[in-house]
Amino acid sequence: MVEGLELLTGKAPKPHKGKAMTLGDGSRVAVIGAGPAGSMFSYFFLSMAETIGLDVNVDIFEPRGFCHRGPAGCNHCGGIVSESLVQRLATEGIRLPDCVVQRGIESYTLHMDVGDVEIATPLMEKRIAAIYRGNGPRSSEPLDTHSFDGYLLDLAKQKGARVIPRLVTGLRREKDSMTVQCADQSSDTYELAVVATGVNSRLTEMLGNESGEFTHPDRTKTFICEFHLGRKLIRETFGPSMHVFLLDIPRLEFAALIPKGDYVTLCLLGEDIDEALIDKFFSAREVRERFPDGVIPGHVCHCYPRINIREATPVYGDRLVLIGDSGTTRLFKDGIGAAYRTSKAAAKTAVFHGVSAEDFKNYYAPLCRKISNDNRVGKFVFSVATVVQKARFARRGILSMTATEQQQVDSPRRMSGVLWDLFSGSASYTDVFIRTLHPAYVGNLLRNLVAANLPGGRSRDRRNADEGNGRVRH
Amino acid sequence: MAGLGKEYKSGEVIFRQGDTGSCMFVIQDGEVEAIAESDGREFRLRRMGPNDFFGEMALFEKETRTATIRTTKPTRILSIDKKNFLGGIHEDPSLAFRIVQTMSHRIRDLTDRLARYEQQK
Ligand SMILES: Cc1cc2nc3c(=O)[nH]c(=O)nc-3n(C[C@H](O)[C@H](O)[C@H](O)COP(=O)(O)OP(=O)(O)OC[C@H]3O[C@@H](n4cnc5c(N)ncnc54)[C@H](O)[C@@H]3O)c2cc1C
Repeated sequence: MVEGLELLTGKAPKPHKGKAMTLGDGSRVAVIGAGPAGSMFSYFFLSMAETIGLDVNVDIFEPRGFCHRGPAGCNHCGGIVSESLVQRLATEGIRLPDCVVQRGIESYTLHMDVGDVEIATPLMEKRIAAIYRGNGPRSSEPLDTHSFDGYLLDLAKQKGARVIPRLVTGLRREKDSMTVQCADQSSDTYELAVVATGVNSRLTEMLGNESGEFTHPDRTKTFICEFHLGRKLIRETFGPSMHVFLLDIPRLEFAALIPKGDYVTLCLLGEDIDEALIDKFFSAREVRERFPDGVIPGHVCHCYPRINIREATPVYGDRLVLIGDSGTTRLFKDGIGAAYRTSKAAAKTAVFHGVSAEDFKNYYAPLCRKISNDNRVGKFVFSVATVVQKARFARRGILSMTATEQQQVDSPRRMSGVLWDLFSGSASYTDVFIRTLHPAYVGNLLRNLVAANLPGGRSRDRRNADEGNGRVRH
Repeated sequence: MAGLGKEYKSGEVIFRQGDTGSCMFVIQDGEVEAIAESDGREFRLRRMGPNDFFGEMALFEKETRTATIRTTKPTRILSIDKKNFLGGIHEDPSLAFRIVQTMSHRIRDLTDRLARYEQQK
């Protein structure tokens, strides 16, 4: 049973007067879910507690075994760890080992009906990681690889977290604690419950259904599948590049092919992705051309996971906090990065301030608000992208501007930078948007729009000829 | 193909003492040595391995690099740019904790060395 209303608003029963809602030696914390949010919360919470000499216990409830191949061991995502997150984790001392990184991504290739262009990092350095959340696709060969989620969970375990392989079915508020109930009817009490169940769980759904005041995150259906092409072919046809498609297909916001070891992951994001949309995507010439002989091979593994498109509210209560996808995340991009940011902010609040609704309101909610506000700008940015998807002349202008920039060495790469950050999720939507208002960006875009659309303009025809540095095809 | 960062051969210089720079580096794999150059002579300050970082002073000040960094074996290194780092610190100051901790170890190490040097004089 889940007592959603009382649980989330912290209204009733009132916490025991006089007993401070702070954690002390021996306090127990329940973390529900060991996706990136749950494991990173546990890791940072225990690290911070250690620095101030606080002796606390963390139990992580997670029924999934990340050692399994296929959906059983996987938290279903495209598997891109953004440039900004790779750098922040490295700064924290968390180095993603080679067995976790399936491929370091060096560039993005944008495919449109008017041509393709490869956007390379100026540093020629791999700072984006393509990973598997589980242990690889269904029916894949045993890999000498390691699940990303499994790796983060191991870090939390090394810090002292205990993993309880059970599904949580209920949360109940007691006088001075939270009771966690599991599917096997076992239950235990904790001073703090951290909900990190993502959006594919029934737990947040139940919280939402039973409470008029709690709204669980809004979600939409996406699509992921894996193609087995073999390492050699992938190196030859995809290289260390993530292939992004800007196609005029209604309801499709983002489509990418991501090379990983022997497999390529296809990720389709948008509004309720269904089979009709998937068929339309596969029949696009730009997509078929990516595969040998223009034939799309059968996929070895697929799923329709849901993605958070609007935050839960509220994301905290007394002795309770919702982190990662089950609370607030970034729209369509860098969800793992948002899981890192929200989990760390929640851990800091619990260790250094307290675990009351007031503490989370003061020290945790501002970050969630910042992410939500940025998502509003993101929605606008995606609506502009939809206009571009429909307007061929705009696509020509963008292609022309990006291609020109990629051939120049020392001049600012404004369009490339905007596209890079938009695809990789490395910068906030607000930052991306502000950069598009720069007079030089606007001026250059206008110039390229005119040049590319004049009869005989540089991008009027699709010519698959390599040019300049060999990275631009248009 | 797997693995993050940029690959360097053994003996390659990442940056030289006196260079200007705006990023810090984290070693992913391999080893580097920090070298101080004076009057044409080289003094090895320290060796660093996986997960160690160097060049962090460039994130905080505009001065030139204080030492040369050279690989001692094939090494992969990830760069952390100033914008990302300072943006991160702005949102979450604890991001600097590990750097402060390491800098404090380095100051302690240098103080010990200085004390030993004074004794030997
Ligand atoms: C199609 C798609 C592509 C994406 N691509 C990317 C990408 O490339 N890069 C990126 O950064 N983000 C991406 N995301 C977003 C990313 O997947 C999420 O933001 C991220 O997984 C959130 O982490 P989390 O820990 O909050 O939740 P999750 O990863 O969903 O983890 C939740 C965990 O809780 C466990 N759990 C659930 N219910 C219970 C329960 N009742 N009891 C106990 N345990 C429970 C689950 O087993 C799971 O392990 C993508 C999402 C989708 C849908």
